[in-house]
Amino acid sequence: MREVGATAAVVGALAQALLVALASPLLVGLVRTLKARLTGRRGPDPWQPYLDLLKQLQKEAVISTTTSWLFRLTPFVLVATMLVAATVVPVLVTRPALSFAGGIVLVMYLFMLGTFFLALAGLDSGSAFGGMGSSREVAVAALAEPTVMLAVFALALRTGTTNLGTVAERLGGEPTLAAHPGHLLAFLAFFIVMLAETGRLPVDNPATHLELTMIHEAMILEYSGPYLAMIEWASAMKLFLYMTLLINLFVPWWIPTEVAGAGMLLGALALAGKLVILAGALAVLETAVAKLRLFRVPELLAGSFALALLSVASVVLLR
Amino acid sequence: MFRQLAVALRVGIATEPASSFATPSAPALEDVGPRLSAAIRRIFGRSLQIRQVDAGSCNGCELEIGGLAGPHYDVERFGIRFVASPRHADCLLVTGPVTLNMAEALRRTWEATPDPKIVIAAGDCGRDGGIFQGSYAVVGGVAAVVPVDAVIPGCPPSPAALLAGLLGALGRQS
Amino acid sequence: MALGGLAVGLLGFTGWMGGAWTLDVPWLVPLSGLSLRMDPLGGFFLLLVGAATVPSSIYAIGYARGARRGLGAYALFVLAMALVPLAANVPTFLVAWELMALASYALVLTDDRDPAAVRAAWIYAVMTHAGLACLLSGMLLMTAWTGSLTFADWPAAATTLSAPARNLVFVLLALGFASKAGVIPLHVWLPAAHPAAPSHVSALMSGVMIKLGVMGILRVGLEWLGVGAPWWGVALLLAGTLSALGGVLYAAVEGDLKRLLAFSSIDNIGIILIAVGAGLVFHSTGLETLAIFALAAALYHTLNHAAFKALLFLGAGAVVHGAGTRDLEAMGGLIKRMPWTSAAFLVGALAIAALPPLNGFVSEWLTFQALLQNGRIPRPELNLVFVLALAGLALTGGLAVACFVRAFGIAFLALPRTEAAAGAQEASPTMRAAMALLVVACATLALTPTLLLPRLGATAARLLGDAAPSSREDLLTIAVSGDFATLSMPVIAVALGLGLVLPLVALRVGRAPSRIRHYETWGCGRLLQTSRMEYTATAFASPFRRVFDFFYRPERRVEIEAHAESRFFVRRMVYRNPTRALVEEWLYAPLLGAVRAGTDRVRAIQSGSANLYLIYVLAALLVLLVLA
Repeated sequence: MREVGATAAVVGALAQALLVALASPLLVGLVRTLKARLTGRRGPDPWQPYLDLLKQLQKEAVISTTTSWLFRLTPFVLVATMLVAATVVPVLVTRPALSFAGGIVLVMYLFMLGTFFLALAGLDSGSAFGGMGSSREVAVAALAEPTVMLAVFALALRTGTTNLGTVAERLGGEPTLAAHPGHLLAFLAFFIVMLAETGRLPVDNPATHLELTMIHEAMILEYSGPYLAMIEWASAMKLFLYMTLLINLFVPWWIPTEVAGAGMLLGALALAGKLVILAGALAVLETAVAKLRLFRVPELLAGSFALALLSVASVVLLR
Repeated sequence: MFRQLAVALRVGIATEPASSFATPSAPALEDVGPRLSAAIRRIFGRSLQIRQVDAGSCNGCELEIGGLAGPHYDVERFGIRFVASPRHADCLLVTGPVTLNMAEALRRTWEATPDPKIVIAAGDCGRDGGIFQGSYAVVGGVAAVVPVDAVIPGCPPSPAALLAGLLGALGRQS
Repeated sequence: MALGGLAVGLLGFTGWMGGAWTLDVPWLVPLSGLSLRMDPLGGFFLLLVGAATVPSSIYAIGYARGARRGLGAYALFVLAMALVPLAANVPTFLVAWELMALASYALVLTDDRDPAAVRAAWIYAVMTHAGLACLLSGMLLMTAWTGSLTFADWPAAATTLSAPARNLVFVLLALGFASKAGVIPLHVWLPAAHPAAPSHVSALMSGVMIKLGVMGILRVGLEWLGVGAPWWGVALLLAGTLSALGGVLYAAVEGDLKRLLAFSSIDNIGIILIAVGAGLVFHSTGLETLAIFALAAALYHTLNHAAFKALLFLGAGAVVHGAGTRDLEAMGGLIKRMPWTSAAFLVGALAIAALPPLNGFVSEWLTFQALLQNGRIPRPELNLVFVLALAGLALTGGLAVACFVRAFGIAFLALPRTEAAAGAQEASPTMRAAMALLVVACATLALTPTLLLPRLGATAARLLGDAAPSSREDLLTIAVSGDFATLSMPVIAVALGLGLVLPLVALRVGRAPSRIRHYETWGCGRLLQTSRMEYTATAFASPFRRVFDFFYRPERRVEIEAHAESRFFVRRMVYRNPTRALVEEWLYAPLLGAVRAGTDRVRAIQSGSANLYLIYVLAALLVLLVLA
């Protein structure tokens, strides 16, 4: 679909990136509020993360003397990768403006780029916490990213394309394509990996204070002020993008195929509704399940990898 | 898993409204320093991250602080959160009389916290050493090591008093 | 040397672009004379040789200053490597091949006082000659059956051979070339030889020499024996997947920086072979366009790997030179002491971890797409093999990221772990220039896939005997099979750049952070903050050791030395947790043991008595007379 002109593509990409950037803290706040309600607390307001981020932006940054320029570069790299990934993932329309720039492989490797730099930043501080967080994070990512790619490859093989927008469009247009055992296996694998990659229970507790139980938090213990705000914001965007990917690839109905007024409104409402439901499911799961012991996590990830492998095999064999 | 969910849905929200906590006869907050100015209150009014530092306390205050995070008092609804690293924190909630062994650690924690920041000493020990005042192993109150902005008295202060003190420090009436 | 490399490179470039010529010097080499022929594939590999020699030579000026003895061997090495892609008949090829092996053996032995280097050279010599034996037998069989020593005559004659004959030749030649390429389980020489050689030589060995093994496999599988059976491609796919996974798994726990890079080469050769295997399978099932695509992906990765592996080896050499050790556990904090080297190594690490927007990402993306096209093959068993290769490739991608986070992070970041690392000096200007050259090469290869891919496709097509695919005039995007997949590297690079700059500008405008204050790392208020608090390389790799312990099978050895008075007062504790090299243990050790046992038995006939030997000679003579 190259009828879209260059300027329109740029504007569309910027608009989508902006939307994801602005909406993601709300999603994180919503999950937090729902978790609180499920444990009998009133909990924070869903827009509390915005207030937290705005406050962090006004603080000074305390940088460790052990670190190097890489430490200060990392928050920018994280934000950049999330913003670029946001322009490629189908959010409001099936084919976002920059969808021609790459498909699922690009998105996953962009996330890995962010993880690479964040892990290096954890090592840069020279503290045992940072090193521990980095080591665990890359171990989890090394097992998790391939699973996501395989799960989406299963969908790609069904629909004949790896461009995410086209996958969503074709699955939305022909629901019978989705009625396949590989689809369900891919969904399960993707969901488990989403928990691992976004640092959610049962893999990682985002609210823990015990450094020995941290994976993602341990790498960012040295960050403060605006840099911390950027990193938290990038994590929020990562959660938003993963949830949107899960929704738009596996439940791809009522997504508008072009940028037109009424269709967009319906699409936005549909996306919001699906996100709320998924956030609710996530909150229920996080409240009900305890965190896995760290060395049990690879078993979980290996299980999801096997599921993804099975899904690809089933798509290929059961045609 | 489902049993826990059923309990949660049946019990509902157990948080008490903050106004229901009976205001203790003694003021919740003492020795409010000059740094707790309106500017700081403006930044932290809706979002405060606290790093709790145990500077040799008997853990009585910690138990009370721990109660703040539960459903009954639920400090998170005011935008107040406890964090693990002082670099993420705006407020240091220091308990204990500051033993000699913890003095340097407390000072380093304070240095590691980014500005603007406030320090609230909780408990009588934090105010002036409490029942350990004058001991050979104690420096004597948090103010002897780091500048203190507010003190919440009590031995230990109840969670209600802590909450009232925190909100007062932020300039928010419950 | 650098100028020579440049000349070679230009020659290769012309050949790659389509110029073809032959050169015959009948008297130079026994049996049928020196015969050289330039075709696109040969030109491509010649370009590779030349292009890699340039930075290596520039680097060597600063690195091996004063060491003259290595120069002759180095020149011979490059010359031999330049001749191998051009060789047009068996004798030329074998002579060039053996020259290459001998020259590199001499280079590995540069530091002949180090027992580890001597042992490494020995293993290398044995393995390369074992490979040569396979090559010799394969090529001589082929010569005998087709009646010609010239490679150009083989494709036509191969159609007359029976399938078992072609299979036998394929297996022999593939084994020979695979041992040179460093495919598991024939890889045992690589991790020993590459660290022992000087860094610029390692760069050439990893970047170019093992690729010549790949070139050999390409020629055998696609050109010399005509159209092969699908199981050839399947064997390569599986060998590639095994190498890729094994290589990266060993690299992830390796403590010696150059050995780590050597294992990573094995990993990348595996990736190249996955693409080659896919190409072979497509070719044998008649899907020519897909075969061209898969082979183009393989060639692209060959080029990319040469660029970033050379960069990494040169960087590692600078680090070893500066910090005085190859051990990761003894490095640290080099980013502040060797800023240019660190930046170059970071680029190399990003490229080899296949992260956008660098070149490793492009070729890995292409390989993924090639594998995903397997749906066109209507045979389920082949589809399953492709699925396995997909899973293996995805897994190596993730593990490579982890491996290079560890390599870069432990070596360069945080505090120095030893005095030597604290006193490290930045590399000399020539060394830095060579690394900068390779950084530029990586960036160029990353941003110009739309220009390179059509040429690589044409090369692959010529190899297969097909017409070149028509190229699309879209400079921004690569498109696969219509809308199966698209990738636009320049757009990604620009978008990432914008994404970096916009928040920076926003922060400046908002005057955030209000202030930047420098203070020590948060250590829970601990009073002692030294480099002992840092994470070690072994600790970083421990999650992998646990997760993949079925592969590493580590042994735990604890020795406790207690005081004489009571065993509760410990004087010293030694903890060892080495991973075991499975291939050496399960394959080579029994093999060598059997050989030794056999030779021990045979030694019985060596009695030392001259009379007995005369009887042996007589008996042999009688037997020969009877047979003749």
